[in-house]
Amino acid sequence: MRIMSSRLVLVLLVLAMAVVPLFVSSGYQLFQFTMVVAYALAVLGVNLVTGYNGQISLGHGAFYAIGAYVTAIMMDHWDLPYWSTLPVAAVICAGVGFLLGLPALRLGGLYLALTTLALAAAVPQLLKYDLFEGWTGGVQGISIIKPDAPFGLPLNADQWLYLFSFAVAVVLFISAWNLVNGRIGRALKAIRDQPLAAEAMGIDLAQLKTRTFAASAMYTGIAGSIAAIAVQFVSPDSFASALSITLFVGMVVGGAASISGAVFGALFIQFIPNIADQVSKAAPGAVYGLILIVFMFVAPGGIASLVRKWWPAGGSRARST
Amino acid sequence: MRVADVEMHFGGIVALAGVSFEVGRRQICGLIGPNGSGKTTMFNCISGFYRHSRGDIVFDGTSLTGMARHRMIDLGIGRTFQNVALFRSMTVRDNMLVGAHHLGRTGFIANALRLGRATAEEAAARRRGAEILALLELEEVADEVVSALPFGTRKRVELARALISEPKLLLLDEPAGGLTHGEVDELGALILKLRQSFDMSILLVEHHMSLVMSVSDKVVALEFGRKIADGTPDEVRNEPEVIRAYLGEGDDEHA
Ligand SMILES: Nc1ncnc2c1ncn2[C@@H]1O[C@H](COP(=O)(O)OP(=O)(O)O)[C@@H](O)[C@H]1O
Ligand SMILES: [Mg+2]
Repeated sequence: MRIMSSRLVLVLLVLAMAVVPLFVSSGYQLFQFTMVVAYALAVLGVNLVTGYNGQISLGHGAFYAIGAYVTAIMMDHWDLPYWSTLPVAAVICAGVGFLLGLPALRLGGLYLALTTLALAAAVPQLLKYDLFEGWTGGVQGISIIKPDAPFGLPLNADQWLYLFSFAVAVVLFISAWNLVNGRIGRALKAIRDQPLAAEAMGIDLAQLKTRTFAASAMYTGIAGSIAAIAVQFVSPDSFASALSITLFVGMVVGGAASISGAVFGALFIQFIPNIADQVSKAAPGAVYGLILIVFMFVAPGGIASLVRKWWPAGGSRARST
Repeated sequence: MRVADVEMHFGGIVALAGVSFEVGRRQICGLIGPNGSGKTTMFNCISGFYRHSRGDIVFDGTSLTGMARHRMIDLGIGRTFQNVALFRSMTVRDNMLVGAHHLGRTGFIANALRLGRATAEEAAARRRGAEILALLELEEVADEVVSALPFGTRKRVELARALISEPKLLLLDEPAGGLTHGEVDELGALILKLRQSFDMSILLVEHHMSLVMSVSDKVVALEFGRKIADGTPDEVRNEPEVIRAYLGEGDDEHA
């Protein structure tokens, strides 16, 4: 009974999150919510590899950038429809993630953190590089046009894009939930907790880690695609290494190894900088830092762990929510 | 399983100086010896955690020498760890289910999309898991996180994790370590019961003499990396070398 009611509450909540903003929000607010959806997917990607599998990545901004540029290039150069760019970005990011994962994950621990950080630092430079300028637009970047709602739906472009992104995110969130609560998810957590024992249980560490890196790059890449469409513009400076750190912060604040935590983390990284800005125009960075520290004290296991206590079926420890 | 002339060095230290013995099908073999005699080293050579420098270990006709660690369990070699190596943030049930990982075949996509193959595999593992939890009296704590449980319970969780992997040979490293007297007696009965119901061989590395002597079909004794006795518990107990080695150590608590 409790499980049933818990699931019902969740479904109603998700429906409300999909529909309510369409009616109560201005175009700019809808844009912000679309960015929350993108960030949530990006943070979920970081969470798969860092939260669940224990491989610290400080470079996922690179995959976000690749996803964004794949979308921008496909829409601008080839006039392809926006929706067709998402699967392409997913496949390319998964491929790049897999290839980078092969050598990077053998490093492990702090060296992996540094290597991924170096990747994040390199990406903006590569995007500006002369050789690729024909594709990337160099420092100018690429502008794209926001798509209209299809099938004559009575929605404006902002409303439609929010709904579209939300639907994509729901599918990807459910997939991630399935993944972490099954055979593969247990293996990911086993590797994080006790790699020697995981190996003795027949888990091929190198194989599983590289595939996790690929899956996580895929999630963050799709997030980048959505963000590019929402912003209608990509340029190298939007993807500085600070972005990677921001995604990492989102994962920790929302809750490491928590699916719902990705949503809370995304809300944090989208709205807290604005709030900090309103509090103090002179030192928004300091205010942001202060709020971050407060969150770490109030919710040491992430916002998700606080929310879990209030949830109708709060006692179901067996599942990763 | 046949261990032939296995040698292992750590720098200048010779931990195993050419040890040979065999474990038959459905046999319980005790491996005893004073501290530092090479029991754990032998155990780790068999399970692939150490690489022996000479000799060979053959299991069911397959040489284990140089084999990748994650492939051992596929051959039917299950193990526990001397100091308990569980997945601390996971529940008892999930810890156990990791032991069934190698029996599954589904990957990322099948699991993310809950394809029929993945759900069938999961249901089968959970069904067998429920039986093992009942057998080891772990049902009540099945959904507790392991890090909060007492040591003796955690050892049983390790056993559950090894059992669900359907081993043909179960390697137990000091399963009685840290247990109370009563628990040790129960463990002896449990080991005999498990051999019966899971149809497997067991290599029992143990300091605790009375436990080894009461459950083993055969016993191998080591001292300073050499084998000093090999036979039935009675034969080994009366072997002068063994008496000397154990008296020399002066701990009658285990004798
Ligand atoms: N990892 C290691 N590095 C160096 N020496 C080791 C290592 N493991 C064991 N030894 C040495 O090998 C010998 C056998 O140790 P071990 O196999 O742990 O004995 P036991 O388990 O019978 O107490 C000891 O002299 C020990 O010091
Ligand atoms: Mg030992």
